[in-house]
Amino acid sequence: MSDIDLTPSAGADVGSPATEAARPTLSGPPQRGGVKAFLPRLTGKLAVGLFLTIGISLFAIIAPYVTQDPRNYDSDRFLPPSGAHLLGTNNLGADVLAQLAEGAAGSLMVGLVTGGIAIFLSLVFGIIAGYIGGWTDEVLSLITSIMLVIPGLPLIIVIAAYLESRSLIVIAIILGLTSWAGPAIVLRTQARSLRNRDYVAAARVAGERPHRIILVEILPNLLPLLAAQFLGAFIAAILAEAGLSFLGLGPSGSLTWGVMLNQAMAHNAFQVGAWWWFVPPGLLIALFGCGLSLINFSIDEIINPKLRNAPAAVKSVRKARKAGAEVASSATPKEA
Amino acid sequence: MTITAPLSSAEHAAYLAQQTPVLTATNVSVTYEVKPPVEAVKHVSLTLNRGEILGLAGESGCGKTTLAYGLNRLLKPPALLTSGSVTFHDESGEDIDVVALGDKQLRAFRWDKVSMVFQGAMNSLNPVISIRAQLHDIFTTHRPAMSRKEKEERSAELLQLVGVDPNRLGSFAHELSGGMRQRVMIAMALALSPQVMIMDEPTTALDVVVQRGILREIMRLRERFNFAVVFITHDLPLLLEISDRIAVMRAGEIVELDTAENILNAPQHEYTKKLLGSFPSLFGERGDFVRTGITETEVGK
Amino acid sequence: MKFYVRRITFYLVTLWAAISLNFFIPKLMPGNPADIFRENLLRQGGEITPAMEQTIQLLFGSPDDSLWEQYTRYWSNLLQWDLGVSTTKYPTPVTELLAEALPWTLVLVGTATVIAFVLGVGLGAWAGWKRGTWVDSLIPGSALLQSIPYFWLALVLVAVFSVNLGWFPIIGGYSAREFRAGPEMSWAFVSNAAFHAILPAATIVISSVGGWLIGMRNMMVATLSEDYVTTAEAKGLKPSRVFLTYATRNASLPSLAGFTITLGFVVAGSIVMEQVFSYPGIGKLMITAVTQKDFALMQGVFLVITLTVLAANFVMDIFYGLIDPRARQNV
Repeated sequence: MSDIDLTPSAGADVGSPATEAARPTLSGPPQRGGVKAFLPRLTGKLAVGLFLTIGISLFAIIAPYVTQDPRNYDSDRFLPPSGAHLLGTNNLGADVLAQLAEGAAGSLMVGLVTGGIAIFLSLVFGIIAGYIGGWTDEVLSLITSIMLVIPGLPLIIVIAAYLESRSLIVIAIILGLTSWAGPAIVLRTQARSLRNRDYVAAARVAGERPHRIILVEILPNLLPLLAAQFLGAFIAAILAEAGLSFLGLGPSGSLTWGVMLNQAMAHNAFQVGAWWWFVPPGLLIALFGCGLSLINFSIDEIINPKLRNAPAAVKSVRKARKAGAEVASSATPKEA
Repeated sequence: MTITAPLSSAEHAAYLAQQTPVLTATNVSVTYEVKPPVEAVKHVSLTLNRGEILGLAGESGCGKTTLAYGLNRLLKPPALLTSGSVTFHDESGEDIDVVALGDKQLRAFRWDKVSMVFQGAMNSLNPVISIRAQLHDIFTTHRPAMSRKEKEERSAELLQLVGVDPNRLGSFAHELSGGMRQRVMIAMALALSPQVMIMDEPTTALDVVVQRGILREIMRLRERFNFAVVFITHDLPLLLEISDRIAVMRAGEIVELDTAENILNAPQHEYTKKLLGSFPSLFGERGDFVRTGITETEVGK
Repeated sequence: MKFYVRRITFYLVTLWAAISLNFFIPKLMPGNPADIFRENLLRQGGEITPAMEQTIQLLFGSPDDSLWEQYTRYWSNLLQWDLGVSTTKYPTPVTELLAEALPWTLVLVGTATVIAFVLGVGLGAWAGWKRGTWVDSLIPGSALLQSIPYFWLALVLVAVFSVNLGWFPIIGGYSAREFRAGPEMSWAFVSNAAFHAILPAATIVISSVGGWLIGMRNMMVATLSEDYVTTAEAKGLKPSRVFLTYATRNASLPSLAGFTITLGFVVAGSIVMEQVFSYPGIGKLMITAVTQKDFALMQGVFLVITLTVLAANFVMDIFYGLIDPRARQNV
């Protein structure tokens, strides 16, 4: 929290905006072009989030080249962690760490592809509906609302059950096709409010084509929101894939964290107490999701500066009070 | 830091001598605890007299709203009252040290003695509960002895006072026009017959015609109930019309404090002159200049 | 009134869409589900009885009929509450299996969702109220909880509390040893079932409370700087009144509006969770159907889940209309 949006300009004597802060500050006008304004400030939460996300991503990219062959079954079964097998072995004697690495690549791949598809579809259904309005909006919104209400995972299970073989990509596509509705609704609301902004109206009057207006005038302003929705879809996809795989409906022939957990469950890892087999995949899913959520939290603070400013203000006032800055009063520190 | 007293005049001193104060603020400073800290209100001293309208003028961000919130201890972080005292001289003769009030006493003091009308006509009413509930809230808190029937009657009476149909009690904020919302806010401010009403740009968000109606209403009510008003606005011509005295604020300090007449006819501070000069249609008889609908000062640009 | 008419129309359209989806999915799939179904049945040592053939035609349509005829017959059967017979529990009608399983899930998931919602929104409101204090440190923990897969948490809970500590039963919805005749209406049975439900419910609550908490906390922080909260404070209202009626009530609106999305996660999580606990609910039934390729049962389960979720959303919509007067008017 090194600096704060209410930055008092040096020329406070001319009447800086900071002094108006007693009344709520609206999240300012859209900043066009200023990429920097979209970058979150490094806070503790963001640092932890980035560390978890980048760390696990690097593990997924690099570790498969470094670890043993995840399909080498020569070792003893259910070996606890040791020097030879850092995370022990599973029921077939395969190295759990190696499986974890390959599973990481699989899980993240599904998340990435699903997130991409979901965001693309939510752009189509959300922004086009919000921007064009009228009947297009009515129809697209109705489809979106229906897709939102129909429960996703049961639908995916039904579809997956009919498919005799499912590759990683097929799973990702099904997940993407069923998870775009939530982001679409959020984007539509935003696109509708942006549509009425002056500079968009100006572009329309100037005769710019709709697709250009959407790409140049509207999309850049939605970037933080898009990023947040993408990360949200990413987490949801990894969780959904894990659930699906756990039920035995995951990608056939590929390894993901969900598949590992499915095998661990099927082969009594829990009953024999082989924690090294079932704890790491679940923990990695949770940590990776946690990392993405924390990044998302920081993005929210950009979209709505109040989220950062209000707590920071409370903190700085408390500090100033402690330092005795407040005029002496018998009053106990007041609830804000 | 040297504290310079605001520019004033002998007439002003003579005027003050005839009045009884209701609210005295001495050496009030408010700091925004940001990095680096900003002193938004700098050692301001100000007296409000019983039944008068005191105009507080200045451009956006000069600290006038902050000062007003400070008077009622309504400052929210990062604002912090760093020095000064605020004394309320009650009708009963008792003096209340507002800064020293504990949480509970402060809550009892608020609205009962000093009520407020905020700028955001759109946003000052809670959107999810009815006007009735918001009026009743005041009575439940400050007049717990009132029966439901009494509350209901009083609420209807209040709405009538401000020219809103009492049938509107069951309405929600979004069902009222901007002007009506502000009338309802004024009705709420009147609820406990306070001795001071702080009005923070009460008409800024409204169009000119509605603005006029509301102002007329405020003037009428003040004559009837004789509460003192601190009227905050950046609209100096408006203040010249309605106020007894005007304080011109700039960068957290009151640079000039005088009767409205003197501010109009014999402004002393450069900044006051500049503010006056920015309203070209100003120079007519006090009270009958034609409002041009200018709502934003261009001063300082 | 217009609000309710519009919402009811929307739910009717969605209902139609969901049922039609249920009808078309098997038709859109590669391969011939009817053949897969028959093969599976024969492989499991079953035989194609007339009732079975009828179920197959009900599900996948008779090859001689046009799509439209199949579609109308599907509807007419549905309206007579005929979803075919199950192959796994042949010849029990699918509807009977659904009726047996549904109460378990409704009670478990319903109760747990309400607890998680109240707890999450309550804690979130409190965390928002206390913004800028140590309470902010709840956020990273909530983010972690939000990302834990339901089934994994269930497995860990079982491993710790049932296998290691032996405090709770490992599987099932009630003790099959004590109640050999199956569920009964007695105090002993209800308390036994409630005891079995503790870990499954804890799973749902722990995994979903974080999402509610973070969303609510952020809305609360934003709401607290609204003018009407300042007005309430200037009015001298008690902090409890400001907190509840002015801040929380307004801040909770987006959480309620987002209920649909979160409920989707809860339902998804619960299906998988039931598998872990072998809980005799809808989720377990769906998994059985899927693994056994009992398509009739599977489609029935999907239909029931969709209907239940629709109903829950509908209730929430009405509730939303009650606490937000604007929703009732500007539709």
